[in-house]
This record gives sequence, structure tokens and C-alpha cells, in this order.
Amino acid sequence: MSAPALPRPAAAAEVDVDLASDASLRRFLHGLPGVDQVGLEARAAGLGTRSIKTTAKAWALDTAISMVDLTTLEGADTPGKVSALCAKAMHPDPGDPTCPRVAAVCVYSDLAPVAVEALRGSGIHVAAVATAFPSGRATRAVKLADTRDAVEGGADEVDMVIDRGAFLSGRYLQVLEEIRAVKQACTAADGRTAHLKVILETGELATYDNVRRASWLAMLAGADFIKTSTGKISPAATLPVVTLMLEAVRDFRLGGGRQVGVKPAGGIRTAKDALKHLVVVSEVAGDDWIDPDWFRFGASTLLNDLLLQRQKLATGRYSGPDYVTLD
Amino acid sequence: MPKFQYAPAPESRAVVDLKPSYGLFVDGGFVDPQSGTSIKSTSPATEEVLAEVAEAGAEDVDRAVRAARRAYDRTWSRLSGAERGKYLFRIARLIQERSRELAVLESLDNGKPIKESRDVDVPQAAAWFFYYAGWADKLEHAGLGPNPRPLGVAGQVIPWNFPLLMLAWKIAPALACGNTVVLKPAETTPLSALLFAEICQQADLPPGVVNIVTGAGATGQALVEHPDVDKVAFTGSTAVGKQIARSLAGTRKRVTLELGGKGANIVYDDAPVDQAVEGIVNGIFFNQGHVCCAGSRLLVQENVAEDVVDRLKRRLATLRVGDPLDKNTDVGAINSAAQLARITELAQAGEDEGATRWSPACELPSTGYWFAPTVFTGVSNTHRIAREEVFGPVLSVLTFRTPDEAVAKANNTPYGLSAGVWSDKGSRILWTADRLRAGVVWANTFNRFDPTSPFGGYKESGFGREGGRHGLEAYCAH
Repeated sequence: MSAPALPRPAAAAEVDVDLASDASLRRFLHGLPGVDQVGLEARAAGLGTRSIKTTAKAWALDTAISMVDLTTLEGADTPGKVSALCAKAMHPDPGDPTCPRVAAVCVYSDLAPVAVEALRGSGIHVAAVATAFPSGRATRAVKLADTRDAVEGGADEVDMVIDRGAFLSGRYLQVLEEIRAVKQACTAADGRTAHLKVILETGELATYDNVRRASWLAMLAGADFIKTSTGKISPAATLPVVTLMLEAVRDFRLGGGRQVGVKPAGGIRTAKDALKHLVVVSEVAGDDWIDPDWFRFGASTLLNDLLLQRQKLATGRYSGPDYVTLD
Repeated sequence: MPKFQYAPAPESRAVVDLKPSYGLFVDGGFVDPQSGTSIKSTSPATEEVLAEVAEAGAEDVDRAVRAARRAYDRTWSRLSGAERGKYLFRIARLIQERSRELAVLESLDNGKPIKESRDVDVPQAAAWFFYYAGWADKLEHAGLGPNPRPLGVAGQVIPWNFPLLMLAWKIAPALACGNTVVLKPAETTPLSALLFAEICQQADLPPGVVNIVTGAGATGQALVEHPDVDKVAFTGSTAVGKQIARSLAGTRKRVTLELGGKGANIVYDDAPVDQAVEGIVNGIFFNQGHVCCAGSRLLVQENVAEDVVDRLKRRLATLRVGDPLDKNTDVGAINSAAQLARITELAQAGEDEGATRWSPACELPSTGYWFAPTVFTGVSNTHRIAREEVFGPVLSVLTFRTPDEAVAKANNTPYGLSAGVWSDKGSRILWTADRLRAGVVWANTFNRFDPTSPFGGYKESGFGREGGRHGLEAYCAH
């Protein structure tokens, strides 16, 4: 595969990354620039102090709503609950037709057909988690079957988890090959291809250096999106981690690679948090990522707070949890 | 135009209650100057006159020094350290309580972004008083001998770049050690010092312990040359510092000087590059580059120079220059017309001498004093912009091949105040820091301040240390 250039020196044109072995991958991934923890966290905190008011807030709230992957990933999920979620996805604020729709509904793969049916014709995507989500503890055959199941069930986006054990023990080739295999499985028999989001589970990766390496590994393997977390592990999405992943997708493209999207998931519950993330998208990655095709929020409770803040901005009054629908 | 347009988010001015004119703060009260003259303090962002302040003449300075002497003899030097500490703690708390007012006033008078006065200047000023309040009753444990004594009356002259913070750096240790002070704030930024005078009143500080005399260069000269001043502390330009050193030579006065700088920020090829870029930005564009310890010379290893400069330029395109009171402003106004002229002249010299000038596209306000963030590449050590202190948002980029060359270039300056080192390799950081002749060396960060950490210069950047235990030495006899 022809791979994008090393992030530096920038002057070097297309550099082939040797993806043949753990050793060659290690040489590349460990040659990426290091991350200074204090500096990264200070940068994220600094961006978090941006003051988003009036027209900027209105625009940002609507933009954030349009980027939500409205998610339910519980053992207790039912077809009824998924249908209700889909109704909300299409009309987040039933009392206000100007309220934008969300980007996608995210469910377990067995419920994907329910969501597909409910969302038919709406343009809202159906994302299904696969590959033995959230732990990823299954054989590759099971993970691929899980993926095919999701795609055949109608999902047009697949959220997979990487094998964190393999990554942390340095078996980079295994992680790479697994992502590639899942990517292949994302093409259905009828030729439809689902977008692949690769969940790094940053809360288990321990260091920011590992987050950067895992981001690059996933991009090299063909990820369409890199996603922070399953939402089942704490910490999930944090502002520094998202800042770092946005730097990675920016550098990947600057180095000659494709544009890759970013999806923070888990832990973003307030509109204020979502706005901080949009600030980071705008100032770190730039305008090209301010688009539901390239940035998503994986969330469930976030949407209601976005709606409450939106109502507050429009009416000047706070309503309350009784004025948004429970999912 | 980015998609995400931040709407104006101005901090309210209503919190600041400015009087049309201010007298001098002497012996616990505001008095009219005998000189009868005044100066106007303007907002550099709008050129609007904010207030008139007295211009103290020699007789006014004399009055303030006599008040300080009286307070020293009769009350302050006789108080126990614990009692002095109480007053300092009280002042620190009042600074915190009135932090918004102080921050808005500082941004109005100085032109610095509210984000910075709110998050750096004012909290740091409070921290400085808290820190030295803690020392006041522990001086005998400071390693300055069994019974450190105060020096007497301190005459202190501070610059306009961090008006309140420099006041705190000067007054807090002086008072903690038992001295009384006469402080002259800078001509262009006297207002936060006058608000601080009100805080002294509010804290019931005994009259005369702190006196504030406003004015220009002549006032400062009268203060440092006053025969009854025991200690002179000055922060400002090297030229004025030399003048003070000359006029004090042969006198009994103790003196500490914190002067100019031409800090080198060394970026090795194994640096954490995104954070290094942040550090470069913070090093030179923080406070519009009006920082004596600014990282005004970027020394970047040649094999990564192009990449680092590209990243830096992309980053600078997101800097927001404009209204200092807007909470989203990153770079505010240049403090005065005179300073703007100086920056403009030096930047022109950089171009004339053959360096390549670059600024991000940014719209500057039509009134007030503004200078776009500027980067010069292709700079050599002989260029004026690599040698002289610009004291503005102008970065000179130089390259080096070997660590030895980096150190040699970094030290090749008459100054020696600050330096930065960026590398992921601890041993390389220590090797470099060991060889840099600068009072402060930051590793993988820049422009970080803390009251516990001593700050001061080598060579023409001055002598004496402020901050930490070392900062007590400047105000104690032992």
C-alpha cells in the first residue's frame, strides 16, 4: 500500500511507510514526534476558555446537534427504544422545525435493521458497533462476522474497537491487519460500503504518545474516522485527547494522506463541553473538519443539553428536563 | 473567514470606577502634588484618555520618602513578622476579591488581553503576596543568618508591561522583610497601582508603609537619587538601568536591577513539536511581546526548521488580535505610540538587512497602537533584530546544526535573562541548560512564573533575584 509521508521532515515528499512487520511499524510509530503532557493539557485548557456567545453560540449549538451520533448501547435496548431514538434523531425538538437533525443513530448491530427502517429516507446514518464491542475480546473470525452482520443489517457506518492488548504489547501488525480486515468486511455483498470508525479506547492507552501512535496506525490501516472511546471505560473523550487526535488527522493529511474524521465519544454531556470541542476542531484542524462528515459527537445525554441551551438562547429562559424528551 | 466566527465577548467596563483625576498616595491618603502638574493615562487600544494622574516632582517624592521613613521607624520595622504577614495576607485576599476590577483596569490601561490579565497578572499578583506573607515570620529560617534585618526605605521603579504584577514582585518581599516602600509605576500605566493604593487603605495598612508616586522619568530619578532611600529596585530597560547604576555608584544604597533580554528558545529535532510551537507562540506573542524574558530568538535545529516554521505559521493564523477587553483576544494593543514606533523601526531594519518578514492576515483596528504578530526567517546573528531587544510581537528565527552551535548562538548576546529548551531527551535538556548563561531556563515550556521560583538576569540583564527565598535577600541586611 502506498502510505502517506512521515509527518516530518515536511520537506520530504511521499515516504512509503513500511507496513510489513511489527518492527517496521514500531520504527515509524515511535519516530512520530513526542507529546508533552503538560503542554498538551495547557493548550486544551487554553482553548477551553474561549467565550462563545450570542450568534456564535447559536451557530455552534446547531452545528453540534448536526454532528451528534445519537447513541444507545445497553444490554436492555429494545426495538421500541431504538425507534423512539430514531424519531428523536429526525426531530430533536418537535416544537421547533428549525432545529437540525442529528448525523446518525448508533446502536448494537442486531438493532441496526430497526434503525434503518425507522430512518428510511431521512438521510440520517445508521452506525452499528461491531468487533465484539466494547472489549474486542473475540477471535478475528467472530469480529469479522459481527461486522458483516452489521453491514448486512443495513448499517452504513461501523464503529470497531482495536485490540488494545495487541497494541500495548507492541503487536502493531496484528492491529493493522485486523483493521484492514474489518475494513474489507465493511463492503456488503451488494457493493454497499460502510464507513469505518476505529475506536482507540484512549482511556486504556495510558499515554498521549500511545494515542498519537494508535491514531496513525488506524489511519494507515484505512480508518475513515478515528474515535476516542467506547463510552464504557473512564476516562473517555477528554479535550486534550481530542486535541491530539485532531492534530493527528491534520498532520496525516498534510503529509499526503486522506482526510480522516474524528469522533469523541463518552463523557461529553454538556453543551458547554461540546462547544469547547468545536473550538478545538476549528483552531487545531480547521474548517474542513467543521462538518458532520468529518466530526461527530458520540453521545446520548448531550443532545438534551444542546436542546435546552438552544431553547434558552431562543426564548431567553431556561426550561428544564421536562421540556426535552427522555430517551 | 473561518466557519466558526466568535461573536464579540467583551468584558464589562462597568466594574471599574475611574475618577477623572488622581493625586499621589502618600502617608495613607491621596494628596495633591506640590508640583501641580499632571499626566494623562490613555487606553492604548482606543487612545481614549482614562484619567489624569499627578506628576510628582522632587518635593513630592521627598514627602513620600519622609512618610515611608516615619512609618519604618515608628511602626513597620517594630511589628513582628507574624503581624506583617497578616497585613500581607489581607492584601492578597483583597486582590483576589477585587480581581475582576483589577483585570479590567489593567487591560484598559495597558492594552493587554483580558484573558491574560484575568488568568495571569492578577492571580499571580495575589500569589506573590500570599507567598511572601508566609515568609514574614520565618525570615530567620531563610538562610540569611540568625537575625535578618530590613534595609529601611525602598525606592522602587517598575515598568509598564506588567504594571500590577511588577508592583507585587516589588512590594510583597519588601514589606515581608520589614521595609517600607515608595513605588513609582510607569508613566503610561499608573492606574492599577492607584487601585492597589485603595486596597492598602482597605487593608488598614499603617500609613506610609506603601506610598505610590506617579510620574515619568524625572520622578523616578528623583526617587532613586533621594538621599534617604536605602534600597533601589528597578525593572525596566537596560539603558535606564545603567543610568541608575551610575548615579548610585559610591552611595551606600543597595540596588537590584532587572533589565532587558533577548531570550533564546532552542528547539531540538526531537522536540514534542506541537507543544514546542505553542511554547514559541507563548514565548514571543504573550503580552504582545512586551516581556523582558520573551523568547524573541527562535533557534531551531536545521533538519526540522522548515516543518517547525510551517507549523508556527499555521498556528499564528489562528491568533486573534484586537480589543483587549474581548475575552477571545489573544494579542492586544501595543502599549504606547513610542513603543510602536520603536517596534516598527526595528522590524523595518530587519527587512532592510535582508531577513524575510511574514505576518498572518489580520485586520488591525484603525485607532490605537497595533502591530501584527511578525516572524522573520533567514535571520543571522548579526542582524539588529537578532541582537536588540524589540519588546514587541516580533520573532527572529535562526537555525543551528549542532547542540554546541545552539548554545554558542544562544549565549552570544549582551543579555542573559531567559532561555528555553525543547527536547524529549532529558539528558540533552540538562546538558543545554547547564551551558546557557541565562537567569531562567525553561524546559519544554516558556514564560511560566511562580512566586517560589527566583527570577533575574546575567550580564546586561541585571543583577539580584526576585521571587523565592532568593528574593528575600534583596530586602534584608544580614
